[in-house]
Amino acid sequence: MAEKKDYKVVGTRPIRHDGVDKVTGRALYGADFQTVGLLHGKVLRSPHAHARIKSIDTSRAEAHPGVRAVVTAKDFPAVEDKIADLGEGAANVKDLQDNVLAGDKALYKGHQVAAVAAIDPHTAEEALELIDVEYEVLPPVIKVLDAMKEDAPLLHEDMHTDEMGEKSEKPSNIAAHFQHKQGDPEKGYAEADVVVEQEYTTETVHQGYIEPHNATALYNPDGQLTIWCSTQGAFAVRGQVSEILQIPVSKVKVVPMEIGGGFGGKINVYIKPIAAMLSMKTGKPVKVLMSRADVFEGTGPTPGSYVRVKMGATNDGRITAAEAYLAFEAGAYPGSPVGAAAFCVFSPYKVENGTVDGYDVVVNKPKTAAYRAPGATNAAFAAETVIDEICEKIGMDPLEFRILNSATEGDIRIDGPPAPRVGFIETVEAAKDHPHYSAPLEGENVGRGVASGYWPNFGMKSSVSINVTADGTISLVEGSTDIGGTRASIAMQAAEVLGIPAESVTPTVADTDSVGYTDVTGGSRTAFATGYAAYEAAQDVKQQMIERAAKLWEVDAGEVQFADGVFSSVNGKEQEIDFKGLAERLDETGGPVVGRGTADPSQPGPSIGLHVVDVEVDPDTGKIQILRYTATQDAGKAIHPSYVEGQIQGGAVQGIGWALNEEYIYNEKGEMTNASFLDYRIPTCLDLPMIDAVIVEVPNPGHPFGVRGVGETPIIAPPAAIANAVYRATGVRLKELPMSPGRVLKAMGKI
Amino acid sequence: MRAFEYVPAKTVAEATSLLAEKGDQAKPLAGGTDLIVMVRENRRQLDRMVDIKDLPETNVLSYSPDTGLELGAAVPCHEIYADGAISAAYPGLIDAAKIIGGTAIQGRASVGGNLCNASPAADTIPPLIVLGAICVIAGPDGSTREVPAEQFCTAPGQTVLENGELLVSFKIPPPPKNSSSFYLRFIPRNEMDIAVVGAGASVVLDDAKTSIVSARISLAAVAPTPLFAEEVSDSLAGKEISDESINAAAEAAQAIASPISDMRGTAEQRTHLVGVLTRRALNGAIQRVKEA
Repeated sequence: MAEKKDYKVVGTRPIRHDGVDKVTGRALYGADFQTVGLLHGKVLRSPHAHARIKSIDTSRAEAHPGVRAVVTAKDFPAVEDKIADLGEGAANVKDLQDNVLAGDKALYKGHQVAAVAAIDPHTAEEALELIDVEYEVLPPVIKVLDAMKEDAPLLHEDMHTDEMGEKSEKPSNIAAHFQHKQGDPEKGYAEADVVVEQEYTTETVHQGYIEPHNATALYNPDGQLTIWCSTQGAFAVRGQVSEILQIPVSKVKVVPMEIGGGFGGKINVYIKPIAAMLSMKTGKPVKVLMSRADVFEGTGPTPGSYVRVKMGATNDGRITAAEAYLAFEAGAYPGSPVGAAAFCVFSPYKVENGTVDGYDVVVNKPKTAAYRAPGATNAAFAAETVIDEICEKIGMDPLEFRILNSATEGDIRIDGPPAPRVGFIETVEAAKDHPHYSAPLEGENVGRGVASGYWPNFGMKSSVSINVTADGTISLVEGSTDIGGTRASIAMQAAEVLGIPAESVTPTVADTDSVGYTDVTGGSRTAFATGYAAYEAAQDVKQQMIERAAKLWEVDAGEVQFADGVFSSVNGKEQEIDFKGLAERLDETGGPVVGRGTADPSQPGPSIGLHVVDVEVDPDTGKIQILRYTATQDAGKAIHPSYVEGQIQGGAVQGIGWALNEEYIYNEKGEMTNASFLDYRIPTCLDLPMIDAVIVEVPNPGHPFGVRGVGETPIIAPPAAIANAVYRATGVRLKELPMSPGRVLKAMGKI
Repeated sequence: MRAFEYVPAKTVAEATSLLAEKGDQAKPLAGGTDLIVMVRENRRQLDRMVDIKDLPETNVLSYSPDTGLELGAAVPCHEIYADGAISAAYPGLIDAAKIIGGTAIQGRASVGGNLCNASPAADTIPPLIVLGAICVIAGPDGSTREVPAEQFCTAPGQTVLENGELLVSFKIPPPPKNSSSFYLRFIPRNEMDIAVVGAGASVVLDDAKTSIVSARISLAAVAPTPLFAEEVSDSLAGKEISDESINAAAEAAQAIASPISDMRGTAEQRTHLVGVLTRRALNGAIQRVKEA
């Protein structure tokens, strides 16, 4: 249904609506929130990676004169063991509760155990030392393959493996195993001239959003709870808090403040229910803020993993079979993104014979959360380097190999459904045509690598309402928190429909009582689905305005046309009025015009990208320097190209960080030893070249302007592209992430 | 964070007596870029911070080719590297002063504070050691004593300072003829990191600039304190400048390093890097003499 035409607003680069507030520092974030009578909460966290909680004595803390309340897991209402659909997926409510405040066991260092509300933050911190917790320390299990062993310490003694629907007899840390299969892989390998099989490991990495989690809650005696917080989804917070505390959703109002980054990590709740419980006990507003160490140790990162990929191909470059074995760390509770990894691992390609096995495994680490294309980066690191090895063995250009094996619309995927249309070949061609790919590499110890990344994108539900203002502008109310410039891209879609400039839209991100239900800002869905809802709301406004013009001119609505921002009658009288002119006359034609739009679109349209990177490796120190980076991506239609480029650059940078240095480093006790931005090394601007973002536009038939979500795809390719470049620079294939200097030295045989 | 008392001192005598009153519960505050962070994160609890950054003695910065450099303990890094004559005379110290934190931090952070923090990975300590810096320490009874930089740190976070003592300044001898210095560190990123290994070197060459008259090598982050590689340094005296002599020194330096494995690097990686960085530091210093 994508309209192919020249747009007036879509595709331009207006200044973002929230820009002034942000560059002047006036934008209000959760930590800025103040109110009368505010109490301050602090959270006691487990110092142990794995321990039975034998007792918690809060009496000394409660006796402290500055303390107003203490909460532990005992304060939770009873919940049944049930699966609730929340945020970006389903979750067991008991697990949600247990992750917010540990019950019988602390399952990772940093696990929240108790919390206090006090008159100031320092008193609260002091009071934490007065809570006496008796632990029985248990042996931790940190790595996925260790946790899968028969004799591994069990996190949940009552957990049995869901083995393709059947429950295992013995308890296990493996929460689930699934398999997708099609064709006959053995037959495929028999047809192959070359077969490559390799093993890969990746470590736990964090989203590294700049703003730590925060929450202020106020519980009123009438049972109404309000939470001001940083979140990717106010309605997701409402749903989780409602389930965890067993209060109706109608009694919870969530006010999303500005958000300082999320990348998937601000969907799950941690301190929000705690702030709420402390407010329920005290009747006062309670504010809880995390420190950076709390964020690293207590919130969901993305999993470490073990991935084995086997692929066969003919000498003329055709994939004959492929297999993947994916074992993912879920963290302390089931629910790793191994399903998405299994979906994405071979998605760019046509694979007629293949098997994909996925394992969801609990370990003594924080429960993993979403992180930008969750699971796909781990999987692509393996698959895209195996492909590179095949290309080397058969002597084929890796871009030609991708063009040759690209899945086309309708090809049946290993997991069953047909592949939708996406511009894979177009992004590969764009990379091939880019001057970067043909530029000579200069100097020693340098190499160039490529890799692709695929993400299916999500649709989900969104609501938008539009109020027409008498001065010819509109106010647009949306439920999607704005992480990456979506106020602008959503406003622009409404402006396009109504023929008004983007600047004539005032977008507002509303609280859960002020806008229709809207799912999280995640899954690369916001510019697509909330944009779709804005399109629908603008269509509703347009229709109502046509009726107003008809009333004004005393003609039938069917005789009014709307084009290029001007309403005109076709009855021969040649009357015209623009949107602004008509907005001024609403009072005389029936009063306010309010448009509404909802969306639950079924065709989000995948996004795909091809990255090219040049690296230099210091053979003495093992340090990798990124010299040049080009990322192409199918955006469907770039509503605001600057923010599409920003997403591509930001995703590539996070992928580069994952590739080079980012990892949770654990000691033998299962304690993270680098819970700070000093030693958890995200790249700085001095570590990066300009990322050249190349937008390719193959319209998504599932969106009126052809939009495909773009936020997640660009993180997927970098680790594999860099590993492939490092191979060309050094002759050594890195099979572990991150490719930190020590690992590179080891792989090169220098240490 | 626990509440503490902040007292700005007006004289060295006042500072030492304020420090002496509280024993190990008092610390001097100069730039505060380590101390304030540690107190805020509860890694160190104090009753009193004595601000010593406004004392004339801790702010002295004077250089003459005859007497060398007198450097107050509270002088921030940026003032040191902003001085052209000092930069030309002690390039190894400047290498370190320019990589501690970002520009804003360098406006506060002092070399004296870096030494008193006594991190095994401190960037300015190897240059102080290779440049032969002497630490001038004031005691609570009005006395003064002098300690060579290589003897100042005794363990991670521990120094020779007794309760009530204050590091006031450094005396660094003038650079000999045909000499120069160099410091470099290895970090995984290009900024924002603590040294995985650091290496400083100073060399004095003969007039032909073909052999080494004397050398000093110091290593960071490979032992409980920054190391003065004294025997390795001595072994270079009289040697021809060659890959062989430099490599021999690098190997000898590896032999005396006793690094640990932690989140910044493994022991084997650090031992390897000692060789790489010792070579680079010596070659860097030699190159500077040749280019002078």
